[in-house]
Amino acid sequence: MVGNKPESMVKDLDLAQLFRAESGRILAILVSECRDIQLAEDALQDACIQATQQWPTAPPRNQVAWLLKASRRRMIDRVRAASRHRNLNALHIDSIEPAENEPECEQEIPDERLKLIFTCCHPSLNQNAQVALTLKTVCGLSTLEIARAYLSSETAMQQRLVRAKNKICSAGIAYKVPEGEDLAARLEPVLTTIYLIFNESYSAYSGQSLTREDLGDEAIRLARILYELLPEPEVGGLLALMLLHQSRHSSRSSEHDKFVPLQYQDRATWDQEKISLGRRILLGCLSQNRAGKYQLQAAISALHAEAANWDETDWQQIQLLYAELYKHMPSPIVKLNGILAMAHQGKVAKAMEYLKPIATELDNYQPFYAAKADLHAKLGQNEEAKQCYKRAISMSNNNIEQTFLESRLKEIS
Amino acid sequence: MQFIALIYDVEGSEDVDWDTLMEQYGEFSAGLTEAGSMLGGEALEPVSTATSVRVRNGKTEIIDGPFAETKEQLGGFYLMECKDLDEAIKWAAKIPTARYGTVEIRPVMVFDGGQ
Repeated sequence: MVGNKPESMVKDLDLAQLFRAESGRILAILVSECRDIQLAEDALQDACIQATQQWPTAPPRNQVAWLLKASRRRMIDRVRAASRHRNLNALHIDSIEPAENEPECEQEIPDERLKLIFTCCHPSLNQNAQVALTLKTVCGLSTLEIARAYLSSETAMQQRLVRAKNKICSAGIAYKVPEGEDLAARLEPVLTTIYLIFNESYSAYSGQSLTREDLGDEAIRLARILYELLPEPEVGGLLALMLLHQSRHSSRSSEHDKFVPLQYQDRATWDQEKISLGRRILLGCLSQNRAGKYQLQAAISALHAEAANWDETDWQQIQLLYAELYKHMPSPIVKLNGILAMAHQGKVAKAMEYLKPIATELDNYQPFYAAKADLHAKLGQNEEAKQCYKRAISMSNNNIEQTFLESRLKEIS
Repeated sequence: MQFIALIYDVEGSEDVDWDTLMEQYGEFSAGLTEAGSMLGGEALEPVSTATSVRVRNGKTEIIDGPFAETKEQLGGFYLMECKDLDEAIKWAAKIPTARYGTVEIRPVMVFDGGQ
């Protein structure tokens, strides 16, 4: 690659940006033609190298169309070269011959990314493979970037990707968008994958926070693409949920990069633009009356976003939403949060009763003890409260939280 | 493409009585045949009848028992013609043993007609 002259360096940078923005769309089309993600990736990379050499002197009218055409040619070259060495019965060169009339303007280039997303998130691939493959192909991240974000070595990530691509080729995973009743079932792992990518951006701050924040943006970008192509209420619900979560991003971490619980966040720092966008998308989805776990979580998040402070939160509505959410996600943590919403409305003794049946299941869940301690304290049961605070403090690995719980412990001692 | 469905279960773990199970398998096989996807399928005698064979240094070794000593054992198989993995998964989920055992599906390897 020529990189000495300032001009070509600018071109390289432009191309890198173009690649991040458009590679998903180009790859999706190439894969629909050759049914081989690795081949499509290699061909696109060849085309990008060709672009850095040719564009400075001969800029294309339409960069995406140029890359698509060049990639197709390289794909054919690679298939021909490979078939000289061995038989490749799965590849039909004819089917990837460029059509006579190449699309010249971008509007005519079809968007096949939905197929790519559903293929990368096929439930026959393990969860880690789904995440890595989606970031690599749809988002255009490099293997090294993904490896860094997941604190893995580049070699290990490379192996994970190769294994997943091989399985797609040989296991008979179709390159298609599921139809009819299959769509809902297959959408589930897609949404899970996107939400996992998002949550990864919040987990474990270990000097990697910059890279991890990017994952949050990638997840939102993925959800936007998905929602644009497939405007299902739960897709919008997930997008809204992530926007609402991210609106609190700067207040979620203090200068020491530690997690600050919602109750103690500085609400003035919340990103109002993201909140209103999230709310707008959510309201559009809820109006379709097909609530699911993402819309319900987003609705809870939106109620927090609307509240002036912790005490003025609409806890009654939140309690109802948790009850509804429990039907979709029967987890003791959802139940706990519903019970706490009840306690915040002043029904403390009743809430305490409701905690009993879930105590065993949540024995290793730190927030359970912090919550139970608060309830005991409110009921004047100081001895029980102390025990629970101590337990919660010993289970916490977060300084801010520990300091807060210790101050509560002192208050009742 | 062709898929094989390998049916594993813990022998004796059937969730219905034998006659009902055979009836259900009959229905499944009929459905698979009717859809034009049935290429073959058999149930196997219990693992107590298994003999494993291997040749080492030209010598045939015979072992009493299955290849792998796992709790779940291969009990039968179907060979199916399906358009893709999703279709194969749908059929596999309808195999009665999938309710209490495990069905592993694998594509059949295609060899190019020898040029």
